[in-house]
Amino acid sequence: MASAHVPPPIVRLGDFAHARSGDKGNRANIGVVANDAACYAWLVEALTPAIVSEYFHGLGLETVRRYELPNILALNFVLERALGGGASRSLRLDSQGKALGAALLELRLPGPSPAT
Amino acid sequence: MDGRPLRVGNGAGFWGDNLDAPWLLARDGRLDVLTLEYLAELTLAILSHMRSRDPKSGYVTDFPDLLERLGPLLREQAGLTVVTNAGGLNPASCARACAERLVGQGQGETALGVVTGDDILASIARWSDDGIDLSHMETGEPISSVADRLVCANAYLGARPIAETLSAGARIVVTGRVADASLTLGPACARFGWAWDDWTRLAGASVAGHIIECGAQATGGLWHRWEEVPDLENVGYPIAEVAADGSCVITKPERSGGLVSAGTVSEQLVYEIDDPARYRTPDVDVNVTTLRLNDVGPDRVEVRGATGQAPGDRLKVAAVYRDGWTASGMLAVVGRGAEAKAHAAGWIVLERVRRAGFTLADSLVECLGAGSVVPGNLHPPSPPFEVVLRVTVRDPERKAVERFCREFAPLVTSGPSGIAGYATGRPSARPAFGYWPALVPRELVPARTEIAPAAEWLRRTQ
Repeated sequence: MASAHVPPPIVRLGDFAHARSGDKGNRANIGVVANDAACYAWLVEALTPAIVSEYFHGLGLETVRRYELPNILALNFVLERALGGGASRSLRLDSQGKALGAALLELRLPGPSPAT
Repeated sequence: MDGRPLRVGNGAGFWGDNLDAPWLLARDGRLDVLTLEYLAELTLAILSHMRSRDPKSGYVTDFPDLLERLGPLLREQAGLTVVTNAGGLNPASCARACAERLVGQGQGETALGVVTGDDILASIARWSDDGIDLSHMETGEPISSVADRLVCANAYLGARPIAETLSAGARIVVTGRVADASLTLGPACARFGWAWDDWTRLAGASVAGHIIECGAQATGGLWHRWEEVPDLENVGYPIAEVAADGSCVITKPERSGGLVSAGTVSEQLVYEIDDPARYRTPDVDVNVTTLRLNDVGPDRVEVRGATGQAPGDRLKVAAVYRDGWTASGMLAVVGRGAEAKAHAAGWIVLERVRRAGFTLADSLVECLGAGSVVPGNLHPPSPPFEVVLRVTVRDPERKAVERFCREFAPLVTSGPSGIAGYATGRPSARPAFGYWPALVPRELVPARTEIAPAAEWLRRTQ
């Protein structure tokens, strides 16, 4: 059994989940689907709206809401005002948030504790 | 009543999707219904631009071409119907173009139905006087701030007028703006005769519609393990077998490429949704969190257990307004310090526009390959030797944007070295549009339906 004093290793989110992102106006959403039930339980604890919001600070977004879909082991993140005006108005190449899911999978965070 | 599942295949997820997909799906899918979803949020703005130049245009011109190509299949498959929002801003003109093709192929007896009533642009001024609130759903701004610049405004109609048109015998149904999921729910209601407050069944078929509305995104497109998807170049477009109880099986034509699994379907379930317990359509508020996915065979996933409740008393409106002009230019930048060089070149372009006497309202310099696509969090492990510079501007004045377009080429002799890509030509100024989502009381937007044989459509609109 692992000692409680050993910090969990830093892991890449994409090794535990997959994701798809898109837009509605100036709002982006990222659906994150866990690889299995244990990953989902960890994601519910670890992948908070605050962490996602901090990770995407460069987008100048407003707020991040999170919804749980335990039935399909998924979390849905809604990023308000994340697209620089939305598909019509944004000057960004990715005005529709298509790349946000792939970007989120590169998030590094403390992984599940080996003891749990 | 026929108790077999209804096989609905969606052959287009947007205008510009693969041209052969709908034909292949109709040929190989053993379909009852072929749906084609063409209208993204901004597609109607493009259509309005077309209609401003030709009042007979303003619909998805690919659809009559497709219908002509489908002619022989429609003859062979007596049960096949087609439901599409190709009508865009001008369903009547679209219907006429379809009628011409059908009559031209000796299929003038084909019953052609049209659903309209979604276009509310002409009513907005009067409604504003009457105090109807069409404020921006995200910002709360009143619509008066853009009212004189609106190019289109359409409410999302639901499944009911589609179902009624099919029940009246239509084989081809052309609509304007309807909710994407309603393209599937309408035919399911027509087949099974569900009550319009049978929330569980309405929710189930709406989920089926949501899963297939983006075409190949349900069958392996965008799947994160893309390298494991067989024959993505020949990807089969999705089919929902909707059962009488509202559950469905998602699948694709035999021998097509792609992949249907609980994984591909679950990724698509969470695509472009907000609160999954209240996925809103004009027909039903769907609770996606109660459903279950079961792999029930190769490329077959059963979706069962969605629940629903009555929708709100307002319909969503998608309005679009003119928002000045925009242009974007790209160049490749090569060599040591490529990123710094790209930023310098971008700054030079913008500074020369300023020195020419123009103040651009908004501009952005991106350095693709150095972490600009998702700004702020993806940095390459070592400095790239090759990046793409992208400079984009927007301004109310066309002249300012056109001057920007002229400042790219001079870099070939007067910018930093190691920049390539001038041969692709000058960027061009194009109109920019703003999106205005709002809500409108349902009773203000009655749907209208019309049905007649193709030959009759032609006679009527001569």
